[in-house]
Amino acid sequence: MSLFRLKEKIIQGVFTVLAFSSLLFLVGIIFVLFKEGLPIFKDVKISDFLFGRFWYPTYEPPEFGVLPLIVGSFYVSLGAMFVCVPLGIGSALYINEMASYKQKAILKPLIEILASVPSIIYGFFAMAILAPFLQKTFNIPIGLCTLNASIILGVMATPTVCSLAEDALSYVPRSFREASFAVGATRWQTLIKVVIPAAGSGISTAVILGMSRAIGETMTVLMAAGGAAIIPTSIFDPVRPMTAAIAAEMGEAPVGGDHYHALFAIALALFLITFFFNILAEIISRRFRIKLGLSG
Amino acid sequence: MNQNTIQKIGFGFLSFSVIATISFLFIIIFFIAARGIRVISWEFLTAGPRDGMTAGGVAPAIVGTFYLTLGAIIFALPLGIACAIYLCEYSPKGAVVNIIRLSINNLAGVPSVVFGLFGLAVFVKFFNFGASILSGSLSLGILVLPLIISATQEALLAIPHSIREASMALGATKWQTIKKIVLPAAVPGILTGTILSIGRVAGETAPILFTAAAFYLKGYPKSVFSEVMALPYHIYALMTEGVYPEKQTAIAYGCSFILLVLVLLVSGLAIFIRQRQRSYYHG
Amino acid sequence: MDNLPIKMRAHGVDFFYGQHHALKNINLDIAKNHVTAIIGPSGCGKSTFIRLLNRMNEMVPNTTLTGKIYLDCLDILSPCIDPAEVRRRVGMVFQKPNPFPKNIFENISYGLEVNGIKNKQLIEDRVVESLKKSAIWDEVKDRLHDSALRLSGGQQQRLCIARCLAIQPEVLLFDEPCASLDPISTRKIEELILELKKDYTIAIVTHNMQQAARISDYTGFFLLGDLIEFDKTEKIFKAPHDSRTEDYITGRFG
Repeated sequence: MSLFRLKEKIIQGVFTVLAFSSLLFLVGIIFVLFKEGLPIFKDVKISDFLFGRFWYPTYEPPEFGVLPLIVGSFYVSLGAMFVCVPLGIGSALYINEMASYKQKAILKPLIEILASVPSIIYGFFAMAILAPFLQKTFNIPIGLCTLNASIILGVMATPTVCSLAEDALSYVPRSFREASFAVGATRWQTLIKVVIPAAGSGISTAVILGMSRAIGETMTVLMAAGGAAIIPTSIFDPVRPMTAAIAAEMGEAPVGGDHYHALFAIALALFLITFFFNILAEIISRRFRIKLGLSG
Repeated sequence: MNQNTIQKIGFGFLSFSVIATISFLFIIIFFIAARGIRVISWEFLTAGPRDGMTAGGVAPAIVGTFYLTLGAIIFALPLGIACAIYLCEYSPKGAVVNIIRLSINNLAGVPSVVFGLFGLAVFVKFFNFGASILSGSLSLGILVLPLIISATQEALLAIPHSIREASMALGATKWQTIKKIVLPAAVPGILTGTILSIGRVAGETAPILFTAAAFYLKGYPKSVFSEVMALPYHIYALMTEGVYPEKQTAIAYGCSFILLVLVLLVSGLAIFIRQRQRSYYHG
Repeated sequence: MDNLPIKMRAHGVDFFYGQHHALKNINLDIAKNHVTAIIGPSGCGKSTFIRLLNRMNEMVPNTTLTGKIYLDCLDILSPCIDPAEVRRRVGMVFQKPNPFPKNIFENISYGLEVNGIKNKQLIEDRVVESLKKSAIWDEVKDRLHDSALRLSGGQQQRLCIARCLAIQPEVLLFDEPCASLDPISTRKIEELILELKKDYTIAIVTHNMQQAARISDYTGFFLLGDLIEFDKTEKIFKAPHDSRTEDYITGRFG
């Protein structure tokens, strides 16, 4: 009998230890980023690093200003928002409010499949098909630019935004809608004045996570954005977002050198930015669930 | 404007959004299939690259992707299931569980290239596995862990509490209940999650850039410590590092087509299984 | 209590969900080979009480239990007793039928397997015997390998009873076993309970007073965590001592 109980205790112990692995990996990632990223600040001042306008890591002497990379990331991601926010939320509203049962059964899996297309495929598509198309349409010297990256990134983030927003909408109780219909509101008025505000913070979580996904996306921007480390002045300028710089340069950076540490420091900044977005989304969605009386 | 007109415009926009979103999927599939299918041949699927990557096939890349995916799943599946079991079946509610949940959520949001850097610093350098199948699989495994955990959790939570009670009331221990009642009932859900993870891992590129992938290798990998070619990386390399863009773009179309077909089949299968499972529960 | 042999005894039991005092100083004896019914309005603690008798309460976190519960002379709450051991001797049938998502045969054999019985012949014999005892054998004998989830609600509940019987418990606890069943299935379960009391000691929680009157020998009336009155069923229904019991059984509240 006590042997039985001992066995149970041991099994529980094993599960507890294994469950901590995810924590271990997250902490490990943070640790590695700090350990490999911080040494760059021995040679480069933190303000020169963050606000320096020139990223010439292989020049002699090298310059490690990551401002163009950070601006590039935000520029491309904000552009992507113009695609994925209206399309993602619009699709979510359609699926939740207008689609018949049958349409839903087709649309939801299709959107999920769109989400499962690998980023390399999006990147390849942007490079091989979208860029030449833009080049011709807008008569620009090169199609690989911010606009190209933003469009493809927006398409990529659309399913993320859509399914998260759809979740949020599905939590809005029927009774809210019925109350609105009962006072003579049209379906559209109900949607705009009752449903969207009720799901508002859930929808904003979807947007934030879409943004976070766009900023962290690597292969797509690496292939589509053109790769020039300059601060863009128009949407037809090429850019080099943070992720693209890491992916493109890490292979050539000598381990333990300044360039290597600088790339880790960029990854650290990138991690902190997405971490901030994720925590923000977590807080908002927790409030949202409490507001609608769902379990915290 | 009258309310009906506004409503019509509004609903028109919503219909447009969904049609646009879905058409992206078909546009991407169409272009890649139309140009990719031309290069697919028996040789393309079964031979290695020749003539400075301008001819021949991509078999080593297909095999490499298979090894990396297999390795990642072997690593992440048991760990993810164990983690989900702890969270759903054992964990007393409280601070510890919240921390684990939070770390899983955040791990899911970490950019994929960061997993590559972690793999580089830890597996390639610190453990000295070098750029290898092992390093790449582990990096991919950590990336996909949150996905497996949340799919398993969902599957476990869908199992009614009452059958756990029934088992305990018969004198079964907690572990017997989990092993013989809860897990078997959760298998379809876990399977769906695993298949989706396979699709995700097979297409990931950034984590293997510095941990496993090689542009060109003679022959097939010999052990877990060998570098490998991989389909997604091969596409990237052909498009950015090639010397003969004309011919290499055609090969990249072929690779993209194969990868797209693989991933769509795999996720289609997962979605199909889940759909069937749902209708089974609803009678 | 007429000097009947006592199978289970609750002595000075108090139970808390967090701060909420759910059961207050309960003293109640369950006579061997009799049916003891526990009645009372919703939220009175009757289900909570019956779940203490095989330590199912331990599956709910953040609760406190004081007092003693005996099975024969065994103090089942003692820390050196394995709850699994108690549950093997004190079986339980729940409000909603809860068969495992397995076939009919496996549903019954499961309890034997987890208790370490490996002999195939013995398992088969026990499965057949328990299905016969729970009056469901004739309905399922030709489809033992069909999923239990395909049975009707009433059949599922009898299957759950058979599942309990297979491990040969001494006491059977029924937690509103007919709450989700139609009148015909209910009648079948009631007949079964009357049949089973020859071999087992039975305690049943019910909110259906006619049911308590029809099948039980003793009845306890719970109200807001107190055991108001406990006596022979006949007495409770014909001449209750306490005015609150009378109010309840005559339908003035609850």
